[in-house]
Amino acid sequence: MSAALHEMTLAMQARALAGGACSAVELAEHHLARVERLNGTLNALLAVGADEALAAARDADARLAGKGEAPGPLTGVPIVHKDIFCTSALPTTCGSRMLDGYVSPFEATVVKRLREAGTVLLGKANMDEFAMGSSNENSFFGPVANPWDTSCVPGGSSGGSAAAVAARLVPAATGTDTGGSIRQPAAFCGLTGLKPTYGRVSRHGMIAFASSLDQGGPLARTAEDCAHLLRAMAGFDPHDATSSTREVPDYAAHLELPLAGLRIGVPREFFAEGLDTTVGDAVHAALGELERGGATLVDVSLPHQRHGIAAYYIVAPAEASSNLSRFDGVRFGYRCDDPADMEDLYERSRTEGFGPEVKRRILIGTYALSAGYYDAYYRKAMQVRRLISDDFARAFTEVDVIAGPTTPTPAFAHGAMDDPIAMYLNDLYTVSASLCGLPAMSLPCGFAGALPVGLQLIGQPFDEGRLLGVAHRLQASSDWHERVPEAFERASDTERQGEERARS
Amino acid sequence: MLDSGADPPPDGAPVALDSDDVKAIAHLARIGLDEDSRRRLAADLNTVLELVAELESVDTSGVEPMAHPLEATLRLRDDIVTERDRCVALQAIAPEVEGGYFLVPRVIE
Repeated sequence: MSAALHEMTLAMQARALAGGACSAVELAEHHLARVERLNGTLNALLAVGADEALAAARDADARLAGKGEAPGPLTGVPIVHKDIFCTSALPTTCGSRMLDGYVSPFEATVVKRLREAGTVLLGKANMDEFAMGSSNENSFFGPVANPWDTSCVPGGSSGGSAAAVAARLVPAATGTDTGGSIRQPAAFCGLTGLKPTYGRVSRHGMIAFASSLDQGGPLARTAEDCAHLLRAMAGFDPHDATSSTREVPDYAAHLELPLAGLRIGVPREFFAEGLDTTVGDAVHAALGELERGGATLVDVSLPHQRHGIAAYYIVAPAEASSNLSRFDGVRFGYRCDDPADMEDLYERSRTEGFGPEVKRRILIGTYALSAGYYDAYYRKAMQVRRLISDDFARAFTEVDVIAGPTTPTPAFAHGAMDDPIAMYLNDLYTVSASLCGLPAMSLPCGFAGALPVGLQLIGQPFDEGRLLGVAHRLQASSDWHERVPEAFERASDTERQGEERARS
Repeated sequence: MLDSGADPPPDGAPVALDSDDVKAIAHLARIGLDEDSRRRLAADLNTVLELVAELESVDTSGVEPMAHPLEATLRLRDDIVTERDRCVALQAIAPEVEGGYFLVPRVIE
């Protein structure tokens, strides 16, 4: 093998495993060694389960050798899960003191499906507390560094997942997206990340933030990798009341989508005030590349897009205030010391267990849902949500996909967004697809200085295959997704010796 | 529906929250705040309310609220027992239990 193991994408690793060029144990050991060496700088992973990973890797090797269950397309590849997904072997903190040390009595459906597909779980990824944030600075367990520039944030809330994949600690990770939490970190870290259609991936065992918006999805280096991961993650689950019964297509079969005849809508509202010019230039260049490939660019308008942030910052906190009422210090999670009475137990457990941004959103949501304000805020936001959704429906009568920037700017420095509104505006282009339940992805399309820029693709419900196809075409004619952050590119001498030993 | 204790807006327009309003809202959410954090959060919440106030300018007359993407309706399942008794596993993660009960401070004198 010429490439170091961590230089291979998930699909390449799967092929190497199937062809016997490497073993699952070698892959696990190699990536665990990188985690050991590099995670201190990044703080991307909160828990690492080396023993469990090696046991799973040995099982995978047995499956690959024809013993026991037949191997799947992901048998033996290492991954990490965002720490919002309940796992039975490793703790699940959701980035919060409230769940510090919590070990779930059940496993998330996504975790179960990926385990059954043969993936080897190395650990759990850091995140903004309860997935509330766009920088990963809201984690109780400390911020995460962006591998492209460690003075910058990796984005959030799936910041640990994105940093881990970008630094080649693992070829892929799971994330969740409520208003952009897969797409924005994918853009900031130069990755390909997909938020599926609402209902496509089960929310069972995924700790709830805003239940009408939350969706789990993959973060990896290529559209091909995301296709394989989504195929394994998606599908009907009786444990999730809003899970779709639609059949899961073989997304990998959609990758060779012809661009000729494809109509790509470019909403002018995505290129209005607030967009960094370098980001805009990179996105326009990518759109030009798709046009040269045979696609037609169509000017479309989403007139209510600009109200997306306002509607989102009512709907999401309202749902969060309701969901997070379950953390009361009684059945699980943090309990304060020596409660004087029941009120004191509830109040101090929640006051001490939740961080500042979580409290802020609980209060916004509580206020928006309170008597006298419900109509002015929550009902109004749900009406605007309908108008935003109608805009998309209208645009999709003319075009097959919608494209634009994922974020207004590239990754920003730690501490740069010191007021909540500035932070919320990061979600300017991502919240609309979330409010409407549409599938959307981000893929690398250039650089602003040393920092990656993301192109966002938004599709019609359950049209993930087409999004992946467009992304794959772009990745076949560009190499943005192959760039590696310099500081994390090379294997250490120990890793190299390990590989040489493994190969000899 | 809960009453936040704050004065209702005169014409649906957002009102600026003060530290007492924040105290009332925080109590509804069972979150304790000292005077300093109340003042800080009042400022934060007012900034957020200014941001969302733009929704007032959108004409939504006759628009049906959209609570859920894709208009999903909840499924009914067969009326059969699906859960096993997992009392021990579920209570193993509780802060304090005894004899199959969750323990809390005395509620009834």
